[in-house]
Amino acid sequence: MSSTPLVDRHEHGHGGAHGHRHPAHQFDSMEQQKESSTLGMWLFLVTEIMFFGGLFTAYMVYRHMYPVAFAVASSTLNVTWGAINTGVLICSSLTMALAIRSAQINWRKGSMLFLVLTMLLGGAFLGIKAIEYHDKFVENHVPGNVLNQPFDFVLENAHEAAAAARVDPLYQRHAEIFFSLYFIMTGLHATHMIIGLGVLAVLLFYTKRGKFDSEYYNPLEMTGLYWHFVDIVWIFLFPLLYLLGAHTH
Amino acid sequence: MKSTFPLFPDSASSLSSHVDALYIIWALVSVFFTILIAGLIVFFMARYRRSDPEQVGVEERAAVWLEILWSAVPLAVMLAMFAWGTRVFFQLYRPPVDAVEYTAIGKQWMWKVQHPEGQREINALHIPVGQAIKVKLASEDVIHSFYIPAFRIKQDAVPGRYTSLWFKATKPGVYHLFCAEYCGTEHSRMIGSVYVMEPRDYESWLAGGSGGKSMVASGADLFTSLACVSCHRASPGINQRGPNLEGVYNSQVKLADGRTVTADDNYVRESILNPFAKMVAGYDPVMPTFQGQVTEEQLTQLIAYVRSLGPIGSAPAGGTGGTPAAGTAPSTAANTPQTPGPAAPQK
Amino acid sequence: MDTTAVARAPLGTPETAYERPSYLNSEYGWKSWLFTLDHKRIALLYLISVTFFFALGGTFAAIIRLELLTPEGDLMGPDTYNRVFTMHGIIMVFFFLIPAIPAVLGNFLVPIMIGAKDLAMPRLNLASWYVYNLGGLFTLWAIVNGGVDTGWTFYTPFSTTYSNTYVVPTAIGIFVTGFSTIFTALNFIVTIHRMRAPGLSWFRLPLFIWSTYATSIIIMLGTPVIAITILLVAAERVFGLGIFNPKLGGDPVLFEHLFWFYSHPAVYIMILPAMGVVSELIAAFARKKVFGYRIVAFASVAIAVLGFLVWGHHLFVAGESAYSATVFSVLSMLVAVPSAVKVFNWTATLYEGSISYQTPMLYALGFIGLFTIGGLTGVMVATLGIDPHVHDTYFIVAHFHYIMVGGTIMAYLGGLHYWWPKMTGRLYPGFASKLSALLVFVGFNLTFFPQFILGYMGMPRRYWSYPPEFQVLNVLSTAGATILGVGYVLPICYFAWSLKYGAKSGDNPWGAVGLEWDTPSPPPTENFYTTPVVTHGPYEYTREEVHNRLTQEKEASLV
Repeated sequence: MSSTPLVDRHEHGHGGAHGHRHPAHQFDSMEQQKESSTLGMWLFLVTEIMFFGGLFTAYMVYRHMYPVAFAVASSTLNVTWGAINTGVLICSSLTMALAIRSAQINWRKGSMLFLVLTMLLGGAFLGIKAIEYHDKFVENHVPGNVLNQPFDFVLENAHEAAAAARVDPLYQRHAEIFFSLYFIMTGLHATHMIIGLGVLAVLLFYTKRGKFDSEYYNPLEMTGLYWHFVDIVWIFLFPLLYLLGAHTH
Repeated sequence: MKSTFPLFPDSASSLSSHVDALYIIWALVSVFFTILIAGLIVFFMARYRRSDPEQVGVEERAAVWLEILWSAVPLAVMLAMFAWGTRVFFQLYRPPVDAVEYTAIGKQWMWKVQHPEGQREINALHIPVGQAIKVKLASEDVIHSFYIPAFRIKQDAVPGRYTSLWFKATKPGVYHLFCAEYCGTEHSRMIGSVYVMEPRDYESWLAGGSGGKSMVASGADLFTSLACVSCHRASPGINQRGPNLEGVYNSQVKLADGRTVTADDNYVRESILNPFAKMVAGYDPVMPTFQGQVTEEQLTQLIAYVRSLGPIGSAPAGGTGGTPAAGTAPSTAANTPQTPGPAAPQK
Repeated sequence: MDTTAVARAPLGTPETAYERPSYLNSEYGWKSWLFTLDHKRIALLYLISVTFFFALGGTFAAIIRLELLTPEGDLMGPDTYNRVFTMHGIIMVFFFLIPAIPAVLGNFLVPIMIGAKDLAMPRLNLASWYVYNLGGLFTLWAIVNGGVDTGWTFYTPFSTTYSNTYVVPTAIGIFVTGFSTIFTALNFIVTIHRMRAPGLSWFRLPLFIWSTYATSIIIMLGTPVIAITILLVAAERVFGLGIFNPKLGGDPVLFEHLFWFYSHPAVYIMILPAMGVVSELIAAFARKKVFGYRIVAFASVAIAVLGFLVWGHHLFVAGESAYSATVFSVLSMLVAVPSAVKVFNWTATLYEGSISYQTPMLYALGFIGLFTIGGLTGVMVATLGIDPHVHDTYFIVAHFHYIMVGGTIMAYLGGLHYWWPKMTGRLYPGFASKLSALLVFVGFNLTFFPQFILGYMGMPRRYWSYPPEFQVLNVLSTAGATILGVGYVLPICYFAWSLKYGAKSGDNPWGAVGLEWDTPSPPPTENFYTTPVVTHGPYEYTREEVHNRLTQEKEASLV
């Protein structure tokens, strides 16, 4: 996304409240400030990759150890909801990009509209995730002993269960590890979504106040980077968690 | 025997002198470099002491050859020591074929040792001098570490898997046995003694001990009482549901999925606890899991028994006859120990 | 006051009635400190927090050494002892050694050394201090309620299933504090990339900046991994999951891999900034450019990169395959090469230098000696044949204390003594400070050298009671620790004293070069009155203007 720096307009009618035209005290220029925040955001995303990387490593190790249990456990996840959520997130990335674009072309209303859309899609994702969590809770697929409801993994399909047991008699115990990772990975992802929604709400407020325009939309762009990152994490989570096993239903 | 202020540990195994040699040479190399650096620093400090407040150092002259020299020399020294150290390491962890296998199970906070002849000890290990001994390690709870300083050897006992170490004691005496991996409250009390005895003394110790059955005999009992024998029969042919285990130990086993694995301790353990993880080719997956039904100690006894089954035909223990009728549902047969079979385990 | 340690009253520091404007007197009141965005003030805030945790961790160390005076566990019960050594490790590693140099000296110096007005993200910087203290509060809460007994390594399944202590609050404390480290590192990288003064190219940067940069890379890549690992441990405890519990199909060795993937590089997080400090001190007190400047700079980066490839050497006896052990062994030795190169380059810097024996220099030279021993014994324990014997014994304890205490703390104290006049504009007593350097050096060696012998004799670490033949060496060690303790308390006293009573230092009491000495001491809030333009590399003492300035100062001092 290339910005076209227009003339510096901070002389024209932007009152003292619009001090953002001046770089913060530690910077010499707006350009330096923008470069710094961009680099900072990318570095932050690097730490995020390492953060999820630890989980992906654990996932790989256990999937290698217990392939069958992982496959049958995966098959009890709801692929339809997962696929819908994937679509929802991709759309929200688009609306996020459009919100930035709108700021770049000084379309404040559009920017607000797309921010609201992004937040709605993010909220929809979390809603669907909550439905899925609820289903898992009802099915006693929540690992450990949460709310005094011990983990209990029973495959409905007796044939499938027998086939799994034939290869991995302890598949139920190993499925619990799958679900531990499932809840931690998707839970941390959802936490990132919630933080993102909070940031978007703040941005919406500032957009309404007219803080962003074609010269200054850096916070929008940085949040966009973050939002896309969270989206990409999901793009990895979805196949790893949902699409492992042969889905019989 | 022990001085009150020793500065060097007893050296009492066939490899302890190898480790010591490596250590002493490394220590000398370290002393050399430390003195070199410290000496140069002191010399330069004295020689180039600032004599005048306005004095500055002489401008640096680039010296690529120096940089190369002091990168290459440490690298060369380290690679040489690496090669030597790795050689010693492989000696330390590759037991000779004639090693006798003992078992030590770590548990908060004790070492439970069992001899191949069946003697059990807690926080003590009696062994004959001059005999290569392999200690198979397991843990019932947290990670422990089996450490005999006089033998310069240590290995973690990790719950859920087997590890092992070996040594050959060369000097009779009493040596420390430590737990080296922090394991909770009484970690520092999880210590014991290794008694290295002349073979004669060891024999009489064994005879006087509250022996109990040997590892192999106990394993054979279990093999029967758990009804392993009903499927893993020694006489091949009729309705063979499980592989004959004679000669299986340490052999290459062909698996159903085409892979080949070595039937070592961990493989046998896994096959008992999780039978279908690595199925042998040619058999139906009918064996139940014994997870939760056998203790760590019983597992090691079973493995000792399986190991004792030499090549086919020379089985020292029972396992023939007394099988359930053909056609019994395999799972029931395996699960019900009601037909132990007549074959008494041999002594 | 002994005036030999400190420079003569420098040029142009009249004992005037008015105080020059500086970051210290620009604003007053507690709000001006707690809400400051000035990196220099934040550095001082960190100094206070870090000193508090150092004192706390040091107290635990003293208790450990007292208990080990006798073979029997007679001072306290085993559970208490286990908590004490655990808290010692956790506090020293996560709340002192990792943040000390970057958060105090780094925060103060990075912007000044690169000619910037502040760090790129001052708010994030202040937030990092609050986050650090928040994490510290969690850990303190755990201590006050009874502590934690897992060892700082949190090995599973002990930490997840068997320990009955406050593992979760401690884990949260470490998790939270990790963020403060990440914030600081992120800030440094951005600042070093984007805010260097005009003309300040990469190879004109001081070596402290290079090493801080390398450290920041490790922090960014490593800390998130320990964060997720510690989170998994906490989740496993709270929800009864089985990720690292072998009884539930988990793998405790996976925890060890994840833990050491961070915690070995964490050692380089501690030692790299120390190396940077020492490079500065050697150059300043030998008045000479660091020998092989570029090599030393690249060595920092090499250590940072290679440091990520060696974690497996903590698992030689943990059931790791012999072949991966071989690979990790050789990689561990490779990482020693750049370290050795640095030591040789520092030594060569002294050659034909103009060496003064001021306190910071004594600390720096002590660092080189102790780091050499720590490094060489590190290569020893990376040698496969030796490690099975010394692993988890006092040999390891001695080795890493030579690196962390002999290395990091010596350099931290050296740096503090060097930049104290810069930070406060005050001088400290010369004799007391030299005495402290001597006490620390002697006390340290007496404490930890016997532990090498103890370790090779086979005394395992984390033992509350021990066989009687180890006693003599343990008594020696405790005696040394007493001296070491005095050596550490002294600077705290005279630094505090100097704040009020110390002589004015002038702008450049050492006659050192570097951007930080081109601005008043203490510096003004914006660091420089005019943005400096850099035309030459660091440590160029042979330039004409340096000569002229030194001559002027000498003449002034003779007046």
